[in-house]
Amino acid sequence: MSATTTRPAGTAATGTATGAPSMARDRAAGAGRGLRSVALALASVLLLAALWEGTKLLVPDDGWSVGEVRLLPRTTDLAMPHVSDMVARLVEPVTSARGAPALWEAVVLAAATSLRIAAVGWVIGVVVGFALALVMQRFRLAESAVLPLVILSQTVPLIALAPLVKGWGNKLELGSFVWEPWMSVAVIASYLAFFPVAVGALRGLQSPDAIHRELLRAYAAGWAQTLLRLRLPASVPHLLPALRLAAASAVIGTVVAEVSTGMPGGTGRMILEQANFASSDPAKPWAPIFGAVALGLVASGVVVLLGAGLRRYRRAEVAA
Amino acid sequence: MTGRAPTGVAVLHRAAPVVLGLVLLVAWQLAVVVGDVPAFLLPSPTAIVGELVDLWPTISSASLSSGRNALVGLLVGAVVGIGAAVLAATVRVVDALLGPLVAGLAVVPIVALAPVLYTMYGAASEVGRQLVVAITVVVPVFVTTLRGLRQVRPVHRDLMRALGATRRQATAAVTVPTAMPFVFTGLRLASSLAVISAIVAEYFGGPRSGIGSFITTAAAGSNYARAWAFVLGGVVVGLVFYGATLALERWGSRGGQP
Amino acid sequence: MSAVAVEATGVGRTFPGRSGTSVTALEGVDLTVAAGEFVSLIGPSGCGKSTLLRLVADLDRPTSGTLTVFGRSPEQARLAHDYGIAFQQAGLLPWRTVRANIELPLSMHGVGRTARRRRASDLLALVGLTDFAEHFPDQLSGGMQQRVAIARALAEEPSLLLMDEPFGALDEMTRERLQTELVRICAETRAAVVFVTHSIPEAVFLSDRVVVMSARPGRIRDVVDVSLGRGTDRDDDLRQDAAYFDAVTRVRAALHDEAGHAVRARGAEVR
Repeated sequence: MSATTTRPAGTAATGTATGAPSMARDRAAGAGRGLRSVALALASVLLLAALWEGTKLLVPDDGWSVGEVRLLPRTTDLAMPHVSDMVARLVEPVTSARGAPALWEAVVLAAATSLRIAAVGWVIGVVVGFALALVMQRFRLAESAVLPLVILSQTVPLIALAPLVKGWGNKLELGSFVWEPWMSVAVIASYLAFFPVAVGALRGLQSPDAIHRELLRAYAAGWAQTLLRLRLPASVPHLLPALRLAAASAVIGTVVAEVSTGMPGGTGRMILEQANFASSDPAKPWAPIFGAVALGLVASGVVVLLGAGLRRYRRAEVAA
Repeated sequence: MTGRAPTGVAVLHRAAPVVLGLVLLVAWQLAVVVGDVPAFLLPSPTAIVGELVDLWPTISSASLSSGRNALVGLLVGAVVGIGAAVLAATVRVVDALLGPLVAGLAVVPIVALAPVLYTMYGAASEVGRQLVVAITVVVPVFVTTLRGLRQVRPVHRDLMRALGATRRQATAAVTVPTAMPFVFTGLRLASSLAVISAIVAEYFGGPRSGIGSFITTAAAGSNYARAWAFVLGGVVVGLVFYGATLALERWGSRGGQP
Repeated sequence: MSAVAVEATGVGRTFPGRSGTSVTALEGVDLTVAAGEFVSLIGPSGCGKSTLLRLVADLDRPTSGTLTVFGRSPEQARLAHDYGIAFQQAGLLPWRTVRANIELPLSMHGVGRTARRRRASDLLALVGLTDFAEHFPDQLSGGMQQRVAIARALAEEPSLLLMDEPFGALDEMTRERLQTELVRICAETRAAVVFVTHSIPEAVFLSDRVVVMSARPGRIRDVVDVSLGRGTDRDDDLRQDAAYFDAVTRVRAALHDEAGHAVRARGAEVR
């Protein structure tokens, strides 16, 4: 449908003048949309809280069981603390020791530690994943051989890798370089992160239409030129969702790897530690969970921001 | 179809991953034996297979336990995910509320909920783990199903309107068949997630019945060959789930493009 | 049922655009299609011919004027299954066989199993696709898919056929063949037809009257009477007939505006 608007002859010179107000209008519309999303996000959090309290209210103290299997959980204050209790606990000190910091401070500290490690893991995963994708795109045989094994690699539970990575890391002697526990965690996180990048980047690099590929062929462009001029720009809509997914995977990998390598100081360890207080201080275990949630949101938020400047390559974004 | 590669090349491509896998296995065995790598660093494939054979009963029952949790979680999560997607496709408000919720769930480590779920359901219950799996599964199933429900081509929508179809007729004739391939894809994506989540949830406590628990115990006792034997069990379960959902997806998309 | 298939009086359709601008797709359209008459709508892109067809089909509502189909509102006509429609993309459901696609309107409107099968078989024979009854759409060429779409449009023996450039995506030879078939089928079933096209030869070959439209805003510029005899008399020889060339010239002239500027229509060459 050709949506042309007839413009009287004299307005050609004022083209820029009519352009500016409509741009401002678009920006205002965008800000309005942003506000709306924030409001909706808050609304869904409130919905969750309402669901929680509703369950506490309606389900009996001992839960609801069918035979031996408890289908609905125990709803005592010990098993399911009120949302208000969880929030209140956050501002209280971590331990009863003197000078102990507030719980939320400890959570933020642990989350920041984990975030740094996840970031390293993400970067490694992205580099390795993208390199693999390049190789698989260049050589069809490499794709046939490597891709199934890459998919298979993701069926191996992380916990098995922890001692492996730790042991090898300790063996690594490069001058004064010492293998620290957090590096094992980062490597395991990268193991989870490289997969979506490899798959997404490969799909993106293979996405250009035949007519575009033939166009570059007609210009006598080699593989490297085609990569730079065609495949890389074309892969952006596939790559960005993959990078988001990789960030989420890196966070998950970090949390789980912290548990399996026994690394202190991170969110994963804190979750396990605070779980011991379930019977004495029921709201406490929830704090690091909130920390983990925040961790995931921040990680993917950062990656989304990274993609913000690549607008013109994203005109046909494909979901991961 | 024209332009197919000669069958020799096709066979080469089919065999490539198997060949590469075998090469890696052999290299692994050689590296351990020749390089005299101690077992705590990297157990040899033969040692792992030895443990697999020795502990077969334990491994298979642990695999079944984790597999059962994964299956229950997958089914529950799939039902909830599909139901929520149908609701979101029909009621605008539900879609607006669920959107940020699912987007948030997609990026947070759901296994972090495992300890509190064990508290809520009791340390001896498997339901906590199944819930972790279910919540993990809801995300890809919801997202793909919702996308499928929105994939109806405009020309088909016009056709239904032109034929004076009722809402139910249009849904049965066009919306559901269009969405089915997407649902199966979502299930396939969710299947491997389900198995991994089930196993990982076992690291965070609860009854010591599944693969994850045994891996942790073996690793803690520095018996890495045994740990890897259990890992193999987990990998097999994962492959079975993937294969089953892949077959379902293939069967579901015959006679129509996704 | 009245003897007038479609009656449009002052019909207009305006689409609201972003930030205040609006697009007038159609304006002040007056048109009468008699029962059994074959009318083509032709004009350049943006002249509103597809919009007009969609208004008749009740796939869209006019913003001004009145429109009746067989004396009723378009919505009533749609719900009463008074018309059959064929789109530019065949729009076949890819998970149904050819036969099942043709049976779709029948099964949705409560026709019994045996009656459906019989009707589908008749239609398959009519469009020459009996051997492909159990094939799936993706196994058929574009021309064959369009034939299935036409068969589907005829399934309920409608008195009005609406066709939106059904042959647009086909090559010239297939087009000509399908045109010959279509004009024969329509003459036999005595249905009224509103046919949207880009092609002057096609419009002339098929129609009793050609409605020439212009763009910005969409309105009827002229109506050309193509007096080439009844549909049943039209065959491939007609394409070489002097009267045919004359009609094509008249339609082409109508497509030029007063200042002599050509308002270009696709496929305007007469071979």
